[in-house]
Amino acid sequence: MNESRRNFLKVAGASAVGAAWGIPVVSALAKAIKSTPLPANLSGKRWAMIVDINKCKRPEVRRACADACRSLHNIPDIERPHREIEWIWSDGFENAFPNQSNEHTRADLRESDVLVMCNHCDRPPCVRVCPTQATFRRADGIIMMDEHRCIGCRYCIAACPYGARSFNWEDPAPHIKQLNPDYPHRTRGVVEKCTLCAERLAEGLEPACVEAANRLAGPGAMIFGDLGDPNSAVSQALRVKTTIRRKPSLGTSPSVFYVV
Amino acid sequence: MYDAGKVIAGLVVFAVLVTLPLWYTDALGDPGYKPDPELPKAEKHCVESREYMKAWHMDLLNHWRDAVVRDGKRVYIPEQAVPCGGDADCTGGLCVAGNCRYRMSLSGGCMKCHTSKSRFCDRCHNFLRIAPYCWDCHIDPKED
Repeated sequence: MNESRRNFLKVAGASAVGAAWGIPVVSALAKAIKSTPLPANLSGKRWAMIVDINKCKRPEVRRACADACRSLHNIPDIERPHREIEWIWSDGFENAFPNQSNEHTRADLRESDVLVMCNHCDRPPCVRVCPTQATFRRADGIIMMDEHRCIGCRYCIAACPYGARSFNWEDPAPHIKQLNPDYPHRTRGVVEKCTLCAERLAEGLEPACVEAANRLAGPGAMIFGDLGDPNSAVSQALRVKTTIRRKPSLGTSPSVFYVV
Repeated sequence: MYDAGKVIAGLVVFAVLVTLPLWYTDALGDPGYKPDPELPKAEKHCVESREYMKAWHMDLLNHWRDAVVRDGKRVYIPEQAVPCGGDADCTGGLCVAGNCRYRMSLSGGCMKCHTSKSRFCDRCHNFLRIAPYCWDCHIDPKED
């Protein structure tokens, strides 16, 4: 190209002026809306949950937790194990806590099933690998899913050491038994998981599984609260009860604790 | 240039056809068909002015989506203040200190007044041949 210095400067100057004109246009389009949380919204520094394995030993307690979650969040009932979708489910103690039991561990503990779900980790591997920030950590510690952004790459499924994420291999709508019209379901090709009932916290309510467990197994079966508040139910219980977390050696620092 | 007459005539015909949607209504006055979304009968105003909602509702919904999912904010404060004396004035919203506030929700907000997807949303969207994927996940109100 044979461009004189003078012409080059002219074009560069004109481009700069044009770009400057564009700035207010772009910023007007990106203008933020004004919004606030609901008046009853629960806010915390880091939400956490305690599951009392002994109090949740009866299968019907754990089933009630899973069913409450399933009907509230329009989770499909798909029987085929490769396609099933779970936010909260039961697993054997030794599967949930590998390296934390041995042949001398209390038999009733070793043989019991425990409730498992997303651990809402302090250092979540799923968030690190998500290429679209569809999954992200909220300021209150909830690992949230933005289904609008999920492109279905499933990196997060590979990254999560707890198997807490499910992929929609097919349209989930036909598999939903009782549709809850107040909550969306998902579509084919996105990943879903427990959101710690973010929509209920916004209304001032505890997560649905906590409510169901405490209704069936008595108070303390599951405890929900803010780790950042030393007087919260969770912080108080953690000071007096012996608790463990899943796969601590991975350094993910889960927010779900288990009373053994 | 060979066949200049044919080429230029062809270009003129092409330009006329391509720009047809831009000048058709102005030239002929009557567009022939206009989509007619059914508006709520009892409610007097939407969260913003009618003109704004017509042109920008999709943009507003995207902002709502991000505010709710990413920032955990679920109550909308209208750009154009809607004064009110009680919740009844806010047509599905809340009256807070003399001004209306609205829940940012498709199924739990918009569709509480616009109760029919097929008679409101679809009328324009079908006319324009666009299919927003809102309803792949969000649940539209039951219609009788």
